[in-house]
Amino acid sequence: MALREKELTVGDRRETVVVDNLTRTQIVMYAGASGDYNPLHSDEVFATQAAGFPGVFAHGMLTMAMTGKALTDWVGNGRLKTFGVRFRGQVWPGDTLTVTTVVDALRDEDGEPVADLKITTTNQKGDVVLTGTATARLDA
Amino acid sequence: MVAKRFPVEAGHIMMFARAIGDENPVYYEETAADTDMGGVIAPPTFVMAAAQFDPDYTLRPRPGQPWMGSGRTPSGTAGQEGGGGGTGLHAEQHFTYHRPIRPGDVLTGESREGRRWEKQGKRGGTLKFSETIVDYRDAAGELVVTARMVGVVTERTPSEGES
Repeated sequence: MALREKELTVGDRRETVVVDNLTRTQIVMYAGASGDYNPLHSDEVFATQAAGFPGVFAHGMLTMAMTGKALTDWVGNGRLKTFGVRFRGQVWPGDTLTVTTVVDALRDEDGEPVADLKITTTNQKGDVVLTGTATARLDA
Repeated sequence: MVAKRFPVEAGHIMMFARAIGDENPVYYEETAADTDMGGVIAPPTFVMAAAQFDPDYTLRPRPGQPWMGSGRTPSGTAGQEGGGGGTGLHAEQHFTYHRPIRPGDVLTGESREGRRWEKQGKRGGTLKFSETIVDYRDAAGELVVTARMVGVVTERTPSEGES
């Protein structure tokens, strides 16, 4: 499952589509599971008429969570040491998100091999919606 | 967002994994035993669901109390708070993992303030950033996850931008 140090090279990259045509229902599912019921994300009337947005949009944390799926699918279960992101743009219903992960460095930390990863999540127009970094433990 | 007691349940992890579109068998009770983890673990951003266990969490409606979302009017609290002022946005989120979270863990979240700084924004006037760090510990007091949130408050509502 987990990545092996000798199978990786700095610059290795992987692209993963983590959602194709994001639905309002999935945003509602995330609200229910996370407990973040901010109506900006599920209430079109509030989002447009009270808050002045073009419509509801995804929680930033849903975008981070879907980005995390791309990471764990690659580095394996329970392997992340750190995962951090900046939210760069809103994600709307209908969006398709692609996560690009690049191996930025391979090094030892606390006596075990790790990979530093650079992460970019883009929508179908090529706009960056999230950037981030992660460090994952590797098998020797 | 602070949960004094955040009991981690397999059903909650299942709902969370479904919501983020992740069918990894390690998040589902019926399949997790056959994975390399030997049982269910939580996805990397799961501690955000501690909001469910924060009694004072402001983004959850409560019976009989005004709620900002729409009902008879587009906003149930229009004019009562905020009122055309700035907007709070989630700018960054960082996690440090000390060990995987598993069902049966009872976590506590303790929040502390981090750095504060200001920046001139292009569209939203002055941007005020602030960090909140939450240490999630298990029943033995051991650190499980450290979460660092950076929030930003803008003077004006940006028409488009960060979420």
